[in-house]
Amino acid sequence: MSLLHVFEWFEATSVGAMIRQSTWMFPVIEAMHLLALALIGGAVLVVDLRLFGWGLRRMSVRQLASDAQPWMVGSLIMMIITGVLLMLSEAIKCYYNVAFWWKMGFLAVAIIYTFTVRRRVIAMDDGRLGPLGARVAAAASVILWSGVGISGRAIGFY
Amino acid sequence: MILSLFQRVQAMPASIAIRESIWLYPVIESAHVLGMCVFLGFIVMMDLRLVSATMRSAPVTEVQQRLFPWQMAGLVVMVVSGTLLVFTEPMRFYYNPFARVKLVLLVLAGINALAFHWGPYRRVAEWDHQAVPPGQVRLAGVASIVLWAAIVTCGRLIAYNWFN
Repeated sequence: MSLLHVFEWFEATSVGAMIRQSTWMFPVIEAMHLLALALIGGAVLVVDLRLFGWGLRRMSVRQLASDAQPWMVGSLIMMIITGVLLMLSEAIKCYYNVAFWWKMGFLAVAIIYTFTVRRRVIAMDDGRLGPLGARVAAAASVILWSGVGISGRAIGFY
Repeated sequence: MILSLFQRVQAMPASIAIRESIWLYPVIESAHVLGMCVFLGFIVMMDLRLVSATMRSAPVTEVQQRLFPWQMAGLVVMVVSGTLLVFTEPMRFYYNPFARVKLVLLVLAGINALAFHWGPYRRVAEWDHQAVPPGQVRLAGVASIVLWAAIVTCGRLIAYNWFN
């Protein structure tokens, strides 16, 4: 069962076929992908900004992250659902697309990073880590998620 | 008058140059999308505060003042990249219904923002620390979210030549 076989199976799903054959489904799902992107951008960046020592400085990192968390998780779920639907409709194209695999790589690392290292940095709340550590953590977050976004955009250009 | 302006821009060497460049248009478009994450991301976080959905312990003025510079920086990126996108293919945008609706919605979003800031926000001291702001404020937040969601959707649909 090669990876290509898996993607051929994706391509052959009835969901994928339905989206492929519809005039409007792909654009609408894509628009929803974009809306969720704006939301996750705000939810992630507002905390990363705070870790840099900018933006909503009067709020504690922990409180801000706690407030942003449901929106980050919710929009991420939305991104994954819409992303999977988009992929199913053009699975073979994705399989052969370099940018798609870069995006998946960045996405995996970004998700793991966000829910492990970054979560711990937030919990420390500047106390033990110090401002430099917080800034490095925030920079890594911005770089990883930017990687997802940029390679996602690049899919359309290959 | 606008038509002749767009026709003239379409024929400009600079416009042609971007159109024929392999990488320039993708870069401008990417800047528009990524700028959206910053600009709209922070607009939505503010709107979510207005509708009492997040950051309820923070005063509204604090959210507004601290996020505003970043929203404006994002807005500059959006306006510049957006203008360049239209500059590259003005005739396509001129005839595209989604582009026209998007422009109208952008104006409405601007009006909504100004109406909020010159209206209910003038008396923000009265409800600044409330977790749940007054109805008018929440309405402005909802209107903003709805308008921007429509703007993004129209923006995406511009690429689909359904009405040509």
